Amino acid sequence: MVTETARIDEILDRFPQIKRNALIPLLQAVQDEFGYISEEAIVRIGAHLSLPTSKVYGLATFYNQFSFSPRGVYHIALCNGSSCHLGGSGELFGELIKLLEIGDGETTRDGLFSLEVQSCIGACGQSPVMAVNGTYFSGITVKELREIIKQYREDASG
Amino acid sequence: MLPDKSFLLKLAQSDPSELSALEREKVAFLNRERLTRPLVMVNSSTSGTVAGAKETWEAIEQYVADRSIEIDLRESGSIGLSSEEPVISVQLPERTRVFFSRVTADKVSSVLDDLFHQVIPDQMLIGQLRREGQVPWNDVSYLDEIPFFALQQRIVMEECGIIDPFSFGEYVARSGYEAFLKIIRSYTFSEVCDLVTRSGLRGRSGGGFPAGKKWKVAFDTPSDQKYLICNAEESDPGAFMDRTLMEGNPFQLLEGISIAAYAIGSNRAYIYIRSEYKDAIRRIDNAIWQLREMGLLGDNILDSGYNLQISLRKGPGAFVCGEETALIASLEGRRGMPCSKPPYPSTAGYLGRPTVVNNVETLSNLPGIIRNGPEWFRGIGLEDCTGTKIFSISGRVRISGLVEVPMGTTFDTIVNDIIGGVNKGRELKALHVGGPLGCMVPVEMMNIPVSFENMKSRDLVLGSGGILVMDDRTCVVNTVRYFMDYVDKQSCGKCIPCREGTRRMAEILGSITRKPADEEQYSTLERFKGVMQLENMAEVMKDTSLCGLGQNAPNPVLSTLKYFRQEYEEHIFDRKCPSNTCTELRSWFIDVDMCTGCSICAKRCPVEAIIGTARHPYFIVQEKCTGCGICYDVCKFTAVYYK
Repeated sequence: MVTETARIDEILDRFPQIKRNALIPLLQAVQDEFGYISEEAIVRIGAHLSLPTSKVYGLATFYNQFSFSPRGVYHIALCNGSSCHLGGSGELFGELIKLLEIGDGETTRDGLFSLEVQSCIGACGQSPVMAVNGTYFSGITVKELREIIKQYREDASG
Repeated sequence: MLPDKSFLLKLAQSDPSELSALEREKVAFLNRERLTRPLVMVNSSTSGTVAGAKETWEAIEQYVADRSIEIDLRESGSIGLSSEEPVISVQLPERTRVFFSRVTADKVSSVLDDLFHQVIPDQMLIGQLRREGQVPWNDVSYLDEIPFFALQQRIVMEECGIIDPFSFGEYVARSGYEAFLKIIRSYTFSEVCDLVTRSGLRGRSGGGFPAGKKWKVAFDTPSDQKYLICNAEESDPGAFMDRTLMEGNPFQLLEGISIAAYAIGSNRAYIYIRSEYKDAIRRIDNAIWQLREMGLLGDNILDSGYNLQISLRKGPGAFVCGEETALIASLEGRRGMPCSKPPYPSTAGYLGRPTVVNNVETLSNLPGIIRNGPEWFRGIGLEDCTGTKIFSISGRVRISGLVEVPMGTTFDTIVNDIIGGVNKGRELKALHVGGPLGCMVPVEMMNIPVSFENMKSRDLVLGSGGILVMDDRTCVVNTVRYFMDYVDKQSCGKCIPCREGTRRMAEILGSITRKPADEEQYSTLERFKGVMQLENMAEVMKDTSLCGLGQNAPNPVLSTLKYFRQEYEEHIFDRKCPSNTCTELRSWFIDVDMCTGCSICAKRCPVEAIIGTARHPYFIVQEKCTGCGICYDVCKFTAVYYK
C-alpha cells in the first residue's frame, strides 16, 4: 500500500519547475488523484513551491473545482444551469438536502454520498440533469430522484 | 493511425484542380464522399453522452458483431440539436448520409435493420446531407430544407457533427489548414491584422471589440515574447456554443489560434479551458498531438522560420475567469481576480508581456475569413457588425440547441421560425439573452435585428449569446433571483460595489419571492422600497465596479424592472407569483373530496397550520401557513394542491 505522502511526492516530482504558474496544475493533479485536497497536500505543495501554506489554501478555496473533504462512494453532481433551473433543479436540490442531510460540497457521515452543485453540465436540452459518478440522469422529477437515491442505497448495502 | 503526411500537406496547399485523378480519389475517401463500407457516426459530445450516446455506441457495436457486418463506427460532434440526442448518422456506400434523432440503445436495431435493407425508417428521421456525387434517398428531405437548418447560415458550425473531430485528414480534405498555410507562406504579420480588420470581425464574447484592432496593438508593442490566449472558460450557465465548437471541430479552432498567434507575432499560445469540459479536452489534446506530428506546430513550421507552441491549460472553475485580466491572473497561478484597465492585456498581460485574449467562436471564424477573403465576410450580416453569431437556445422550447445566423437576424426568426417556438399550448413570455449578466427581452422587442449596437442602444446586451426562453409558466422575478444568486456566489470579492451590491440585490430579490415572516403594517412598503433601492444600487454598481462582471450584474434586474414591473408588484403587493413558480408564495389547500382524514399532514406541518379531526377532511389555515409544501409531499391521496 502506497502511503498518501508517497503519492503526493510522486505528483510533486512531475512538476520539477518551481514556478508560481505550476500551482494550479499541481492542485488539479492532487484533486484528480485523491478526489479532494488534504491538509497534508496543501502543506507539501507550499513547501515545494516555496509559497506560504496560507497562499496555497487561499488560492484553492477561490476556485470551484477544489474540494477539501473526501468524496462519497457516490458523487452526485446536480446541474443548476439556467435551463435546469427552469426545469426544476431547485426542487431537486431541496429534496437531496432532505434525503441526504448534506449541503453543497459536503459528504454524508457514512461516506456514501457527496453532493456538488455545478453551474452547467452542458446538456441544456435535457433539463434537469444530474450525474452520479458519471452516470447521467436527465429530465428527472422529485419522485424519480427518490427512487434513484433509494436504489443506490440498496446497491451499497446489498 | 495518421494518414500520409506529405500528401496531406500537399493537399492543404494546392488547388483541387492541380491534383491528379488518383489524388482526387484519395480526397474523396478522406472527406467521406466515397466509402468502402457503411459509416455510422454517433454524436459522443456532452449533450449526446447525457442522453445515452455511450449506450447507443455499445448497442451498435453489439449489433454489427452479432451479424458480422463490417462498418466504420466513428464519433462525431453535435449538429446542434441538443434536445434531440442521441443523434446518429448513417452513410451507406454511394448513398447520401442520413441523420436520425433520439436513437437510444433499444432503437438501434430497428434503425439499422431498415437501413441495411435500403429502407429509410420513417421514425426518428431528421434528414439527409446534401453532397454531390452521392445517390440521394427518395422522399427524404435534405437537412438544408428543414426549417431548423434552412434559416441558419452555418459558417463556423458548418462541419460540426458532420466530420470526425479526431481525423486531421478529413479536416484537410474539407479545405482545412489552407488558410494557415496561405498566411505563413505569403503574408506578413501586420498584413494578417489588416486583413482581419477589413473583415470587420468583432470579439464574440460580449464586448464586441474589433479583433484586428486588438491584435494590431499587441503587434505594435515591442516585447521579447507575446502571448495568445484562447478563452474557452465558458461558464455561463446555458451557453454551450464554445463547447460544441471544440467538440465538433477542434482543428478549426487550432487553425484559428495559429492564425491569430501569427498575426500578433507570438510563438506561444494557451487554451484556457474549463476543467469540466472533459470531452472537449480529449479532442483538443488529440488534435494538438496530430498537428505536432504533422509539423504544423512546433519549431520552424514547414521551413517558414515561424515557431508556435499551443498548450492546454485547465481552468479550475470560476465564472469571473471569463474576464481577460482575471483569466491571466489565473494562468499565472494566482486567484482569478481582475485588474483595473489600462494597461490593457494587449500591451501588458500574461507575465507582463503583450497578450491577446480571444474566445473560441472568434478564433473559429478566422480560417473561413482567410480562405474566402475579408470581402466575403463583410457580405454576411450587417454593415457595422459582420459575420454570423451562434446562439445557444435552451429553456421552455420545442427544440433546444445551437443556431448560427447572420448578424441582423431578429429574435423572432430565431425563436419562432428556427426553433419552432415554445411547447404546444404555451405562450412565449420573454427571452433572457446573454446569461447571468444578460438581460430580459420582452416579446414586443423580439423584432429587433440582433447586433452589438442594436442591443446597446436599447439598454440590452448580447453577451455571449445564450438565450433562455421563458413561457407563461416561468416567473421572471424568480429567474432574475437565480441569476443574481449565481453572480453573488461568483463575484471575486475584490471590489466593494460588486461584492456587496450583488449580495444585497440577491437578498432583496429573495425577500420578494418569499412570504414575509411577519405581517407588520409597513412590511409591504419596505419590500417595495427594496425595488427602488435595486435601481439606485444598480446605478452605483454600473458606474463603479472594477470589471465587466460587476458592471453587468444589474442588467437582468434593470431590464425586468423596465419591462416586467407588473410582475414585481404582484409579488410584493398581492404576495402571489402569477406563474406559481416561487414555491414559498404558493397558497396551499386541501381538496375536501380527496382528503381521507389520515392526519399525517397535520402531524408533519412544522407550523401547526393544518387543523381538523381524524377521518374528516383537514383544513389549512392560510394565515399560519409558510408555504413549505411538506403537506403536499407527505399526502398519499394527492389531496393537497396549490394555486
